[in-house]
Amino acid sequence: MQKEYTVTVYTEDRIGITNRITIIFTRRGINITSLTTAETEIPGVYKFIITVMSTREKLDKVVGQIERLIEIHRAFVHEEDEVVYQELALYKISTKSLHTGDIERLIRENNARILTITADYFVIEKTGHQQELTDFIKKLEPYGLIEYSKSGRVAIVKWSRRFHEHLKELQAQEAENGL
Amino acid sequence: MQQKDVLPMKPEIADKQLTAKPVITGSEAVIRALVEEGVDTIFGYPGGAIMPIYDALYDFQDQVRHILVRHEQAATHAAQGYARSSGRVGVAFATSGPGATNLVTGLADAYMDSTPMVCITGQVAAALLGTDAFQETDVIGITMPITKWNIQVTRPEDIPGAMAKAFYIARSGRPGPVLVDITKNAQFGEFEYEYKKCEYIRSYRPVPELSQDAVSAAAALINAAKKPFLLVGHGVLLSGAEKELIALAEKAQIPMGSTLLGLSAVPVDHPLYVGLLGMHGNYGPNILTGEADVVIAVGMRFDDRVTGDVASYVPNAKVIHIEIDAAEIHKIIKADVPVHADAKDALAALLQEVTPAEHNAWLAEFRAAHDKEYEKVQHAELYPQQGELKMAEVIRLISEKTQGEAVLVTDVGQHQMVASRYYRFKNPNTNITSGGMGTMGFSLPAAMGAKTGTPEKEVVAIIGDGCFQMTLQELATIHQSQIGVKIVILNNNFLGMVRQWQQLFFDKRYSSTEMVNPDFVQVAKGFYIPGKKVTAREDISAAIDEMLAHQGAYLLEVVVEKEDNVFPMVPAGAPISAIRLE
Repeated sequence: MQKEYTVTVYTEDRIGITNRITIIFTRRGINITSLTTAETEIPGVYKFIITVMSTREKLDKVVGQIERLIEIHRAFVHEEDEVVYQELALYKISTKSLHTGDIERLIRENNARILTITADYFVIEKTGHQQELTDFIKKLEPYGLIEYSKSGRVAIVKWSRRFHEHLKELQAQEAENGL
Repeated sequence: MQQKDVLPMKPEIADKQLTAKPVITGSEAVIRALVEEGVDTIFGYPGGAIMPIYDALYDFQDQVRHILVRHEQAATHAAQGYARSSGRVGVAFATSGPGATNLVTGLADAYMDSTPMVCITGQVAAALLGTDAFQETDVIGITMPITKWNIQVTRPEDIPGAMAKAFYIARSGRPGPVLVDITKNAQFGEFEYEYKKCEYIRSYRPVPELSQDAVSAAAALINAAKKPFLLVGHGVLLSGAEKELIALAEKAQIPMGSTLLGLSAVPVDHPLYVGLLGMHGNYGPNILTGEADVVIAVGMRFDDRVTGDVASYVPNAKVIHIEIDAAEIHKIIKADVPVHADAKDALAALLQEVTPAEHNAWLAEFRAAHDKEYEKVQHAELYPQQGELKMAEVIRLISEKTQGEAVLVTDVGQHQMVASRYYRFKNPNTNITSGGMGTMGFSLPAAMGAKTGTPEKEVVAIIGDGCFQMTLQELATIHQSQIGVKIVILNNNFLGMVRQWQQLFFDKRYSSTEMVNPDFVQVAKGFYIPGKKVTAREDISAAIDEMLAHQGAYLLEVVVEKEDNVFPMVPAGAPISAIRLE
């Protein structure tokens, strides 16, 4: 059955690694719905967090083929309930709407915050899950939404694979081997 | 492997050498790295962006032989043939742009068939990258999905590291092709050269640790099996596990069937060898896969040509899958006992835990199936008394006259299936064919490579008339480099396999499959290669003798039955139990 999955991939820092990973999804006709990447706590090791709509069976094979790439440390598929995750959205609103009474209540009730205010517009930031962030668009619509921008997913896996320790061990090994 | 440990220093470099590290150009570093890696042969074609490397090669001609091919695709297939026959990494050179794009088919072929190969391409200067410069192409992007690894080098000092990694990756674990793209400025630039072989990459585990639990679980299944069946794949050859495999089969009396690329791992005359698996394989191993209660798949990937309809494959069997590449395990067939390991390690461990057994009734089923196939198909194919020549009888004669000891390089199509079915392989790594990709035009250049890699062996290319015309320009290379390959064209003036399908599945609508061919013997003559054309049964034996007795390259064209079909056959997508004998 198709549903949303989070795929995490730990990689070396290398030009083109994103392409290497995404073509494996492309080959099987899987659409990537969001992709976040940043360096991990270990210098030179990157973590990709990818969300896709697919089946578990397909993704288990995709992850195997990703792990086969030389510069990939590990790759995992996670069900919705296996990860704690957050997404971040920014909303640009016309400053004129500040004068209408409800905006303050809206920001309070939705745990949003104002990042900046100029004469023409102000920017609201909100974190949450996709649905909450898009629901908030609807609530802001009456105030004159000018622009909306949302990040990909940032996720922490509930069950620990101790990847951090694994990497530390690799580093120690390398130091030992003088590599 | 030849190892040349002392490198002569170019005089102008010796002058510069005040420290232990010589200052040399990136180009020279490329060649020195090849020498360090034990490379004795390069197949390639020069061009603008790789000229500095060719210039450096000029000084190393006594250490590295360069074979000038006539098309870059042929360089890759030759490197593949070299690698498959010798077990060493094959090397190909090409320039940027069209030179690089011409490598694509060979890279994809080598990737599918796990062939260790390093391709080196020249590239425009780093400053021009991305500007659509003359003969610039994004070869890294193009070859990303068809190489095990690739890298672009833009600085001379990065060349030794990239080369060392390239060879390590190409040959370790599940082997595969690697491409190193080197910009012209990196080739020209000078730096302090130092070479260190690569033996470790922190994100890469080429050889998995063998799980003793998996071995025990596999042994328990085998020990309890009534109808065990070994599927022998290319991995057996790649890991050099032939002895362990045969010892295991003999100890527990397990019949062995082979995939197309697994051929030659087990001598065809071994009493437990039961034949070729798959679409045009033998009747017994296909039909009895469905009856087996334990299937031990070694170094193979359950290609659709082997499984037929996956849903009805191995309905009665527990599957033990011994495989070095984790991504292949459970990819097509769910393994009951996955053994993620090198085949040699796994089989050696398994041999310790498997108990001696007899499976006489089971083996008798294979003999009965063989007899049925022999009677219905093989006898008439191998020993026809009248009518036009048949491919199978030609292969039988070549097999007899070479005593099964030739390196057989086949192309793609009917002749390939017939050769794979009827050549009686005796020694490992003597079957070279394009399996996964099915690349027409593979065999002529691959045979050149095989003969170069193992000159002591008789190398016979079996080629269809269609395939031959895809890479026949390599006759020039064969002549120039004096490569003594025997070339047998089985000519039916048709794209035979496509025609067979048209006959069976498209109501004999022979759309674009008939060929009006040139005079192949005259063509060969134009390339200074002697040859002969045979059309009559009474002439074929003597003609093969003449070919084999000839010193150097020789082309034998055999005109065979125009509308012959290869049977048995499993229709595409059908269960393998639906195998047809006629």
